[in-house]
Amino acid sequence: MSNESLVIRIGGEAGEGIVTIGETLVRIAAFSGLEVFTFRTYPAEIIGGQVMYQARIGREQVLSMGDDVDILVAANQLGHDEHIGELRSGGLLVYDSDAVTPAEGGDHLSYAVPFTQLAREINFLRGRNLIVVGFLTSLMGLPLDRAEQMVRRRLGKYKELLPSNLEALHKGYTHHQEHFAERPEFQIRPPEDGGEERLVMTGAQAIALGALAAGCRFYAGYPITPATDIMEFLSKELPRMGGTIIQAEDEIAAVTMAIGASFGGVKAMTATSGPGLALMIEALGLASMTEVPLVIVDAQRAGPSTGMPTKTSQGDLFLALYAGADEAPRFVLAPDSVEDSFYQMINAFNLAERFQMPVILLSDQAMATRVETIRPIDLSQIHQEKRRIPSLDRPEGNGYLRYALTEDGISPMAIPGMPGMTYTAEGLEHDESGAPSYVPEVHRAMTEKRFRKVETARKELHRWGLVNRWGDPQAEIAILSWGSTQSAVREAMERAAKEGILVEALFTKILLPMPDYEIRPFLEGKRAIIVPELNYQGMFAKVIEHRYSEQIIRNNIQVYRLNKYEGLPFKPGEIYAKIVEVAQRLTAGVLADRFLDEKLASV
Amino acid sequence: MVTTAERVAPLRVKDLKSGIKPIWCPGCGDYGILSSFFQAIINLKLDPAKVAVVSGIGCSGRFPAFARVYGFHGVHGRALPTATGLKVARPDLTVFAMSGDGDAFSIGGGHIAHAARRNVDITYIVMDNEIYGLTKGQPSATSPPDILELSLSGKTKGSRKGMVGLLDIHKVEEALNPILMALAYNASFVARAFSGRPKELTAIIEEGVRHKGFSFIQVMSPCVTFFNTYNHFRETVVPLPEDHDPSDRMRAMALAMEPNKTYVGIFYRDETRPSLEERLEEYRQQLSPTSMEELLARFTR
Repeated sequence: MSNESLVIRIGGEAGEGIVTIGETLVRIAAFSGLEVFTFRTYPAEIIGGQVMYQARIGREQVLSMGDDVDILVAANQLGHDEHIGELRSGGLLVYDSDAVTPAEGGDHLSYAVPFTQLAREINFLRGRNLIVVGFLTSLMGLPLDRAEQMVRRRLGKYKELLPSNLEALHKGYTHHQEHFAERPEFQIRPPEDGGEERLVMTGAQAIALGALAAGCRFYAGYPITPATDIMEFLSKELPRMGGTIIQAEDEIAAVTMAIGASFGGVKAMTATSGPGLALMIEALGLASMTEVPLVIVDAQRAGPSTGMPTKTSQGDLFLALYAGADEAPRFVLAPDSVEDSFYQMINAFNLAERFQMPVILLSDQAMATRVETIRPIDLSQIHQEKRRIPSLDRPEGNGYLRYALTEDGISPMAIPGMPGMTYTAEGLEHDESGAPSYVPEVHRAMTEKRFRKVETARKELHRWGLVNRWGDPQAEIAILSWGSTQSAVREAMERAAKEGILVEALFTKILLPMPDYEIRPFLEGKRAIIVPELNYQGMFAKVIEHRYSEQIIRNNIQVYRLNKYEGLPFKPGEIYAKIVEVAQRLTAGVLADRFLDEKLASV
Repeated sequence: MVTTAERVAPLRVKDLKSGIKPIWCPGCGDYGILSSFFQAIINLKLDPAKVAVVSGIGCSGRFPAFARVYGFHGVHGRALPTATGLKVARPDLTVFAMSGDGDAFSIGGGHIAHAARRNVDITYIVMDNEIYGLTKGQPSATSPPDILELSLSGKTKGSRKGMVGLLDIHKVEEALNPILMALAYNASFVARAFSGRPKELTAIIEEGVRHKGFSFIQVMSPCVTFFNTYNHFRETVVPLPEDHDPSDRMRAMALAMEPNKTYVGIFYRDETRPSLEERLEEYRQQLSPTSMEELLARFTR
């Protein structure tokens, strides 16, 4: 018998290869035909501190990192002490007997494995990690030949070490085979047909690939956790696609370089996290006012201020929606999975180019760093939007109006080099020609024009596939959320469905403009809305309450906030518990007072 | 990169005026810079459609709108990175960045080092009037410490009651030496001009454009309203010694440090360095091209 999925967590000291063990194991699984979903933490410092890598490996699509840990691998004492409480009863602890003294008792199995000693036996102390990988390969019933393939693939460039690396892998595999009995409850057999066609990548890679597929050919950025991986990937591949990348001296330089490049006619972007986006807000307003296309990726992390650089959060929503001097319209997108991150980047560029606006794409630390198996990408289905440019057939001196007042708000945008179309992109308020103007009627007309672009977009949204809605349409309980909470919500709903609790969910991938045409019908017939989000203030709940207040009041809909602000993603169990609570209230006829703040109870 | 205009008739100054009337006070040094800018474009036979001017905030920030070229009036202190992004994306354009002393040396100061390090091929003209004009008379990083005394003594015009306090407290700060700073940052072209010497200013702008790399040009451009230093500069402005070799960086620094002299001319130039765009292109050429299909294949199991 094989399990449907297993959760394995590896804990140890940073810099000791914990992540390598995890990433290698995950790829062995993925390339054997299994589905994967990972979650990792890291210390914010370079040396020392603990790190944890968790992987959910399944035969079918894996939606979240799960609730319980089935297998805990402790590489050092802290790796044991910090995580042993999360190991499920009946789970398995695998510990390095040279480094760990496990606690007495506990209702789990324990395997003492002398990993360090085994490494000494083959004169390759650095090989300890691959010994662990080999051991786990055997334990989990994964194919050894795939494991070898992965070692060659990931470590093959260290040619001299390859024989030793393979020896280490075999050492661990053999040790398990010879010293431990097969335990099917810790095995996960890949599908016989090798599984469906899949790509394996992180959220950061998906974002970078999406940018390239969208036609981005200029990137300027400043390193910041957890967005740096995007820049690293593009630093290698963007020039090979004919583009340019610059590491700027700071975030303000990064975003203004991107604006300069975009003004010059090249699709441009930058990526950062909350503190960087905060620095870029002035330039965001500039892009909005000068109507220059721009894409800014914000991989959110816990704050405020420096906060917890390596922990996740959804706390930048208000920053993205509202920040800026006076009123600077922008679009905000929020992918809800690694796969979706690719496609929403395409949408981000298309919206930016079509509407000549800045677009913020919100990802987060968990989604940017995790590995997922995703469905194949059909490049032929990808459409690249082009800027509306003025026709060159105009008599010389026939004043080109860069900011012409049009019905949809979008004015043809000349690209530098086009003859007879010279204009100045103006940060000051300006008239149709771009000349600075403070005339009241002009400011009114231009403000309306800039915001009209948002309304034009809202009317076209149904063409862009920006809403995900699933579950039971008969349900009276709704879940309304955004971003990476999707995975835990899906799993929680599956569990609820098994118990006969009807829930319907809607995830919007666009937060500005909001897809009213989808949300209003969704809310009809609902009596309770649960809004899970990784922030304290319930930002999205506030947006919903405000925007749909009329409907909420008229239909007497109760909004339940589910706020988690620990720097960690939701576990499906946390959301499931809320669904159960709301269902019970519904049955008992005791929905609480409207707009009551609900705090997450510990589960 | 300098491009040639394909025009039937040569450009005239009135072809380059945008038709928007400059907002500067009559007598402002910036008019001189605008005129020389036009003349340099004409002399270099540039195609105005391939010229771009990027500015920040201040009286200087208004510059692009007055010229019939592509312009970008950006936010305070960020003319250099904006111009860098533009030039790197469009190496075929001739790109200028314009700042005042506030835009360049206060809020924008951090960017100068990196423009110099990158040797991005843009011409940076700093319209230095040693005061904040647009916001009505606060001292700048290049204002002399004794600016209040100078104003009150009548040697220069401009002491506004509202700003006296700020000019007074300013004496606790030294003035920045921009030429010395640019030389210390190892900019590959460092020059100073004076708006009251238009022919020389035009020639220096032309050389800045011709220079393949980052050209830093400080133009003393007096503010007739708040700190009228025309008389002062007429006395202290003097051409660099004839025997100065512009490849001698140490001497250039020594000249920049000489008190009571405002040398004008090209302090330093190095034509041997590749520009940022050249290096980026060279780097790109060394790489094997790829495609989306190839990239996705790497992630496919």
